[in-house]
Amino acid sequence: MAEIFTTLGMVEESTLVKTEGTTENENETTQWQEWRKDGVIVKREVQMQLKQGVFMPAEASL
Amino acid sequence: MATSFKKELLLGHHNFGTGVIRAGTGADSFKAALYLATASMGAASTVYSVTNEVSGSGYTAGGVAVTFATPPNATGTTAFVTPSANIVFSGVTLTTSFDAVLLYNSTQGNKAVSVHTFTAQTITAGTLTLTMPVNDASTGLLRLV
Repeated sequence: MAEIFTTLGMVEESTLVKTEGTTENENETTQWQEWRKDGVIVKREVQMQLKQGVFMPAEASL
Repeated sequence: MATSFKKELLLGHHNFGTGVIRAGTGADSFKAALYLATASMGAASTVYSVTNEVSGSGYTAGGVAVTFATPPNATGTTAFVTPSANIVFSGVTLTTSFDAVLLYNSTQGNKAVSVHTFTAQTITAGTLTLTMPVNDASTGLLRLV
């Protein structure tokens, strides 16, 4: 049995309802997990993979 | 434009105007701060500000340090640099949605470097991990193309 940190303090994970999902677009892939107790979110974590950064075109005129 | 010049810009080698007095040749320090979805963060952001920054348990105003262990590089005609470690906000509760991270130079007056926006998120008693893109000319976090 494993306990996890929540808004209620350390809680046995098996007593919570866990949902998770993934969203993706051209900039990121995001994975999230939510743990609920009696329908209330007591923990939510996010891992976001940035696919690309920002760029600046560097041009020189004659 | 010389590709070497692009790389040297990232290394602070050139100054066409009134510049800053650098304390040495060491790298500057950079930080990352999160901003609310209601904020208007973007290219017009010039400096770190607490205005519209997220707040909540476990989050310190100003954000977290960003590590650049790998110096700027160039491939083809593109110079690039990417943090060498993920940007991690551990053990935070941020219940108001946020959708942007500001990268800024904490050595040089907290001047803004870049803003990266993403799908709005909240965190509850948990961790936000921003995993960096591949550090190359195509996807690096900061690129002079």
